[in-house]
Amino acid sequence: MPDYAWPDTEHRTLIGKRIPRVDSPAKVSGQAKYTYDVRRPGMLYGKVLRCPYAHAKIISVDTSAAQKIPGVKAIHIVQQPGSTIFWAGDDVVAIAAVDEPTAEDAARVVKIEYQKLPHFVSDAEPPPNVAEPAVGPLSQIDIWDLELPEEQIAAEVRRRGVSFRATQAVLAQLRRFRMPEVIVDAIARAPYRPLTDETSGSLYQRVATETKGDPDKALVEAEVVSEGLYGCSVITHCCLESHGSIMEWPERNQLFSYMSTQGVSAIGAQLADPLNVPAANIRVHQDHIGGGFGSKFAVDRWHVAAAHLSRKAGGQPVRIMLERDAELEVAGARPSAYARVRVAAKRDGTITTWESRSWGTGGPGGGGMVPLPYIFDVPNQRKEHIAVRNNIGPGRAWRAPSHPQAAVITMGALNDLAAKLDMDPLDLWMKNLDIAGQRKETFREELGIAAELMEWKQKWQPRGQNKFGSLARGLGLSIHLWGGRGHASDCDLTIHPDGSVDIKMGTQDLGTGTRTVISVVAAETLGIPISAINLQIGDSQFPSSGVSGGSSSVGAVSASTRRAAIDARDVLFSKVGLVLNVPPDQLECVNGTVRVKNNPNNSLSWKQACSKLGVMPITVRGRNPNTVKPPDLTGSGVGGVQMAEVEVDIETGVVKVKKMVAVQDCGLIIDLKTAESQCLGALIMGISYALFEEKIMDLTSGRMLNANMQFYRLAGLADIPELVVHFMTGKGYDERGVIGLGEPPVISPGAAISTAVANAIGVSVPFLPLTPNRVLDALARKPGA
Amino acid sequence: MMRAFDYVSPSTKVEAIHLLETRWGKTEVLAGGTDLVALMKDDVVAPMRLVNIKDIKELKGIVSGREGLGIGALNTLDELADNEELRRNYPALADALVDVASTQIRNVATLGGNLCQRPRCWYFRKGFGLLPKDEAGKDLVSEGENRYHAILGNDGPAKFVSPSTIASALIAYGAKIRIEGSNGHREVPLNEFYRIPKTDIEREYDLRANEIVTEIVIPSAQDVKAAHYEVRQKEAFDWPLAVAAVALKMNGSRVLSARIVMGHVAPVPWRSAEAEQLLAGSIISEETARRAGEAGVKNATPPFAQCL
Repeated sequence: MPDYAWPDTEHRTLIGKRIPRVDSPAKVSGQAKYTYDVRRPGMLYGKVLRCPYAHAKIISVDTSAAQKIPGVKAIHIVQQPGSTIFWAGDDVVAIAAVDEPTAEDAARVVKIEYQKLPHFVSDAEPPPNVAEPAVGPLSQIDIWDLELPEEQIAAEVRRRGVSFRATQAVLAQLRRFRMPEVIVDAIARAPYRPLTDETSGSLYQRVATETKGDPDKALVEAEVVSEGLYGCSVITHCCLESHGSIMEWPERNQLFSYMSTQGVSAIGAQLADPLNVPAANIRVHQDHIGGGFGSKFAVDRWHVAAAHLSRKAGGQPVRIMLERDAELEVAGARPSAYARVRVAAKRDGTITTWESRSWGTGGPGGGGMVPLPYIFDVPNQRKEHIAVRNNIGPGRAWRAPSHPQAAVITMGALNDLAAKLDMDPLDLWMKNLDIAGQRKETFREELGIAAELMEWKQKWQPRGQNKFGSLARGLGLSIHLWGGRGHASDCDLTIHPDGSVDIKMGTQDLGTGTRTVISVVAAETLGIPISAINLQIGDSQFPSSGVSGGSSSVGAVSASTRRAAIDARDVLFSKVGLVLNVPPDQLECVNGTVRVKNNPNNSLSWKQACSKLGVMPITVRGRNPNTVKPPDLTGSGVGGVQMAEVEVDIETGVVKVKKMVAVQDCGLIIDLKTAESQCLGALIMGISYALFEEKIMDLTSGRMLNANMQFYRLAGLADIPELVVHFMTGKGYDERGVIGLGEPPVISPGAAISTAVANAIGVSVPFLPLTPNRVLDALARKPGA
Repeated sequence: MMRAFDYVSPSTKVEAIHLLETRWGKTEVLAGGTDLVALMKDDVVAPMRLVNIKDIKELKGIVSGREGLGIGALNTLDELADNEELRRNYPALADALVDVASTQIRNVATLGGNLCQRPRCWYFRKGFGLLPKDEAGKDLVSEGENRYHAILGNDGPAKFVSPSTIASALIAYGAKIRIEGSNGHREVPLNEFYRIPKTDIEREYDLRANEIVTEIVIPSAQDVKAAHYEVRQKEAFDWPLAVAAVALKMNGSRVLSARIVMGHVAPVPWRSAEAEQLLAGSIISEETARRAGEAGVKNATPPFAQCL
């Protein structure tokens, strides 16, 4: 059996080093092509006519005037009269024309008659006693969000039905995402109940109530009780490259799609059903993607519409890329989560009780509960969650779904508890690590390192006591947890007789460094330079590899590449062994040579070695997982700690982040540089959602008011302070295999920054983003203000 | 995506004025375009003809004379920020200029365009009108998302805030604006140029559709002490939450007269008579400054309730 195991420290030349991304030159020079950049010969421009109302019924659609406009090539009605619209901006009619202005002109003359229905776009705290048991059908994201034991989730699915068609492709995808079989089975058998006004039920749906231990008794016995309100508003994904695709039919029954997607291998199966074409006849291609963050897993209405338009136009390519306002209004929303929390402890800081009444919205389906309390498994708990069903557009997975919200609520509550106990929160966290689950020892180690990097003990002062004039400084912290096991991945690696090497894999690089890690693993294993690897990804014709979600790509592609490279290498060894007159297992690939172990002079150059293959290249397929060929090269379960230092102007309410520290574990690191970049990017995104981002809905019109880059504020360069990233590596970490990193570091910034603000100004600001008005209002409510 | 339009590039003021229609809506003046193009893309304005005035040489140049500094409307904000004389004699204005938008925008945005930019009200920008109403005629701002709306001068239907950051500094210095139209030219104090519209057909400034702004004149400020201050959430490329510009005529440490202008708080740059009166005759100290600040917002009527 070949030894697939990752090389140990002494035998690594590339793995774990700081290696620049292989696609950096293409990206900084503009040669990298994003889907948005694709211009096909004869390409038509698609426009989507969107509903201006947040809740309405389509009465009639008249496209006759649009059809008469010269240059209009196809019109497709996305939602027929009789359909109910549940959010403003939803697609109604799509038009393809020779250029964008013509498509827009045509869209303007389409007549759509709506019956306006009452809309509801608030996610404010539900009034008391209005929540009813949830009855509405479950969307995929609802099911993922249900924080219940597997059997109970399956029961909920059977009881409420599903709002999506559970096709074989959908079920296969859920399995790839590791949904437990009992739930997948329930989905397969559940009634299909599309979301309508009749099926959806109450605006306020009680989706979870849970009790553990004896919270009443524990509260009576508690020595210190802290109560507070915490939460996060809905934010949008705001992908720099908007959603969209170019669809064309080169043959009547063959679809070619350039798509901005997080899953090139998974799209075909999703398009097959709505387009009534075999998945085998669908090819999906993507070179580079400008951000997904969890919002680009699925096939959206506009993708299907573009394919229909192209078919109607005789197969000519049709491009639909969302405009910025549509991108923000309809193509991504992170569900909100808020909670009233009561947390109790003994005088020594031992946390005894957690009570929360939480609510939030994931749009028309309502959404599920975030995992509370986050990480700390408090012995006595009572929890209730109310899903607010409203017309703001459907929630989508956003980088570590539910975790950032859960961290903000939990860390905020514990931070207030620490203040009530007159304790440094760092001590409170340390004190309670015994209930922090499997990674508690990692947290302990990381908290120590983070505290040193932040100089926590030197800087920390009790609440509201670190002031210079109108400026108040404070420190905050948060811890987080994530899975990150590699998904299913197939990798084809070919060694050619001239020494060139190519790799084909149906994965995608979300900008996270996937290309780089594949190249590093192959180069390390074959002992050749990274530049010698010719890597092709981003096409569904290549061996399939999973959807990039759940931080599952790096573990997957590293493992499948390692296995392919080892197997290909061993084929090569069997040929070279005959020439060098040694058994193949006595050979090694080092520094561009194939040589005899312990006798480096007995060697062939890589090129000479490959020439021994004769005229035929060798191609092998590596797979992850591969239980018959141990060991497991990927792992699961990472812990991280983050600390923030902030400065708040208590006259203006403006918050500045002065420094952030991130200490992270992710198993064996393939490329330290891309890993560090991943953390830096997460901190920047975290500062942005902590301070600026919010989907602002107008209650009267039901529209999103800040669907542009002018009003949807994102952190700019000048808002980013000193960022310090430290990785846990070496013994205890490396041998856990390669584990994903995309999501974990974005979980804690909001919680670390908001607890730092509370420390600075002496009172918690309940909800993110921590805008000046919220900070000033919290100060005004502060006791004694 | 914007609608199709005609594009003309006159080389004289007279030609430009003849190319403009007498009523708003059909034609628009294009200078730097940083605001207009965004408004057209968002379909908030849809002119049939754009009159590009960038080729009109008479609208450029900065001239220093007895009445002060005359600045052609076509000077870019970057050119102004780089002007030695402006920086030396009008430091509060220079201060305001360097913080506007971004380097890229300051490189193309003009002084005239900055003063005539349309309000940033998100209802207006979404197509609900300058005095935003829904289809049933209901005022959207009063009960809507008004955290960035007017807290002064907001008793009429206009709730937006005047968007120019530098207008406050210019008004504090007593600047005048020169306008040319088919009936010849006129000069208006800049603080009177801005007005609060009462109906949908009015604009928020005293300019007819077939007039163009030609020049800004800032009187000599040798005996004036002035400063400009703005609060905004982001470090860069963000609109201010509030702006204050103060110009004081002093006799030693005693204030002879004060001009205090607050920006982004009302539908016009807001001169605070209360604060000006409080400062006149008093000696500047932290205490008087604080009291002047309080006087400035004493009559404020914020439309918004406390938030969580």
